[in-house]
Amino acid sequence: MIPPAAPARAVDAPSFSTSRFRAEREADWIAFDLLLTKLEKKGAKALASDELLQLPLLYRATLSSLSIARATSLDKALLDHLEALSIRGYFLVYGVRESRWNRLRRFFLYDWPAAVRSVWKETLVISLIILLGALTSYSLVSSNPEWYFNFVDEEMSGGRDPRATAEFLQTTLGHGKAAAEKDESGLHVFATYLFTHNSQVSILSFALGFAFGIPTMMLEYYQGIGLGAMMAVFSAKGLGFDFGGWLFIHGTTELFAAALSGAAGLRIGTAVVFPGARGRLQAAAQAGRTAGKVMVGVILMLFAAGLLEGFGRQLITDTMLRYAIGTLMLLFWLGYYYIPRREDVT
Amino acid sequence: MTAAAANAKQRAAKAKKIRQFVTPEGVDLELRIASAGLRFGALLVDMILIQLALLLFWLLMQWIGFASRSDVTEVVWMLGAFLLRTFWFIGFELGSRAATPGKRLMGIRVVARDGGRLTADAVVARNLIRELELFLPLMMLGAGAAGDMVSGWTMLAGLLWALTLSLFLLFNRDRMRMGDLIAGTWVVMAERAKLDADIATDAAGTAMTFTETELAVYGIFELQELERVLRGRDPRAMREVADAIRAKIGRPVAEEDDVFLLSYYRQLKARLERKLLFGKRREDKYASD
Repeated sequence: MIPPAAPARAVDAPSFSTSRFRAEREADWIAFDLLLTKLEKKGAKALASDELLQLPLLYRATLSSLSIARATSLDKALLDHLEALSIRGYFLVYGVRESRWNRLRRFFLYDWPAAVRSVWKETLVISLIILLGALTSYSLVSSNPEWYFNFVDEEMSGGRDPRATAEFLQTTLGHGKAAAEKDESGLHVFATYLFTHNSQVSILSFALGFAFGIPTMMLEYYQGIGLGAMMAVFSAKGLGFDFGGWLFIHGTTELFAAALSGAAGLRIGTAVVFPGARGRLQAAAQAGRTAGKVMVGVILMLFAAGLLEGFGRQLITDTMLRYAIGTLMLLFWLGYYYIPRREDVT
Repeated sequence: MTAAAANAKQRAAKAKKIRQFVTPEGVDLELRIASAGLRFGALLVDMILIQLALLLFWLLMQWIGFASRSDVTEVVWMLGAFLLRTFWFIGFELGSRAATPGKRLMGIRVVARDGGRLTADAVVARNLIRELELFLPLMMLGAGAAGDMVSGWTMLAGLLWALTLSLFLLFNRDRMRMGDLIAGTWVVMAERAKLDADIATDAAGTAMTFTETELAVYGIFELQELERVLRGRDPRAMREVADAIRAKIGRPVAEEDDVFLLSYYRQLKARLERKLLFGKRREDKYASD
C-alpha cells in the first residue's frame, strides 16, 4: 500500500530527527548525571546495589549517545553536555578500584619496600657519594683545620669549629654540666623544625633529579662534606667516639632517608639520559612513579629521624645507648626494605 | 587574511588542543589540554586558599597557645603548616575528581597520560616536583639578595635557569609542567556543561518557512553561533543577528526577532543535519554547499 503523500514541509518530520533522539535518551543522561553526583559526593558506599548495577549500563548508554550525537547532531549545548558527562563518567567508572584503606595497607606492606628495593643501585651510588664527601672533608680538615671554614657555615656550626675547646664541644654533644642545665622544654619545637627542614631538603634533592641527576649528586656530596668536617673537628679533640654516638642515634635513619631521596632523584635522571627501549617521556614517567613512592617513604623516615633527633638524642646521653638505638633503627630499616616477601610478585 | 582563512585557522588552533583518548568501549573522548592561563589561575586560587587556611590555623594556634601557655601549639603549627603545604595538592588530587579547589574552579583536572588510572605515586611525584618549580626561582632570588659573593650576573643566570624549569609548560604543546613530565600526567579540561533545553523543538520555530536557497547561505559555524545567541536571550544581540540574516537572504522586517531567528535556526539545523547524515559536513559559510 502506498503511504499518503509526505507533507511539503518534510523538514519538520524526518524519520530520524535529533530532537526525537534526544527525547528518547534524555532520561538516561539525567539519571547518569545524578548517579555521578552522588558517587562524587558520598563515595561508592552510598550507592544501593541496583544503582551500582545501573552505573555501567548508564555509562555505556551515555557513551553511545555521544557517538550518535557527534555523527548526527549540531546542537552545541547537547554535544558539550554529553562530552562533559562522558569524561566525568569515564574517570569515575574506571578510576576507583580500591578503597583508601586498602591502598594504604598495600603501600606499607609491599609498595614502599618494593620501590626502595628497586632503586638499590642508585642508593648504593648515592651512599658512596655521601661517604666520598665525608672522607674528602675529613682528610682536608684533619690536615689543615682552616679548611673547616670553607665547608661549614659559621651560623650553622654554632661555635663548633676547630677553635673551640674540648669542654665546649662536649657540651654540644649533651654531656657535662652545661648540657644538664639547659632547659629541655624546647625539644619538640626543635624536633619539628628539623623534620620540616630536612624534608624540604630531600624533596629538593629528589626534584632536582631530572637535570640528569647531577644537582642531586652535588647536593648529596655537600651533605657528606658537612658531616666529614664536623667529624674531623670532634675527633681532633678526642671526642670522635662520642660524636659518633651523637650522630648515630638519628643519623642512621636520617642519612638513609637522604640517600634514598637522592636515589629517587638519580633514578629519574638516569631514566631521562638512558631511556633504553622506551621513549624518553615514558621512561621518565615510569621512573617518576617509583621515585614518588620512595619519596613518601623518605618523608616518613625523616619524621622518625626528627623524633629521634629532637627527643631521643637530647634525653639519652649515654653514648653506648645511642649507638645501640642507632644500630637498631638501621637494622629495622634494612630488614623492612630488603627482606624479600612472598606477595612481591603482583 | 580572508575571513575564510581566519575561520579555518581558528578551527585548526582548536583541533591542536584536542588529544585522542579512546575508552575501552572504543569511543574517543577527545580530551582538551588545559591552557597555561587556566593552570596559572588554578595555582593562584590554591595559593590564596592555602594562605588563608594557614592564617586561620595560625590565629587558632595563637589563641590556644595563649590560653594554655605551652609551646606544643608551636609544634602543631609547624607540623600543620608543613603538612598543609605539601599535602594540599596531593590530598585533593587523590580524590575522585583529581582536582584541587583551584582546578575545580577553573574546570580542569589531572589525568594519566597513558589513559590508565591516576595512581597515588603519580600524584605524589607531580606535586613534590612542584615544590622545586615554585621555590627554586624564589630561592635563586633570595640567595642572590643575601650573599654578596654572588654577582648579579650569576644570580640572573640562576634565575633564568630556574624560570625555564618553572615555565616549562609554556615550551611544549601538551602544556606539561616538569612534574607532569615526571609523573606521566596531563591536565585537561573537565568543565561541567548543563543540559540546556532543546530550542529546536520550541513551538515558535514553526511560524515561518524558508526556501532552500535562503537556508543554503550558512554552515555549521554560523548555526552554532546562532544557537549561542538564541540561548543567550539578549534582545540587542538577537536584533543585530536577525538584521544581518534578513539582509543576507533579502527578507523584510516583518516578524518578531526571536520568532524569526528560532524558525531560521530550526530549519537551518534540520537542513545541515540531514546533510550530515549523508556524510556532508559544511563547516562554515565559506565551504561549498
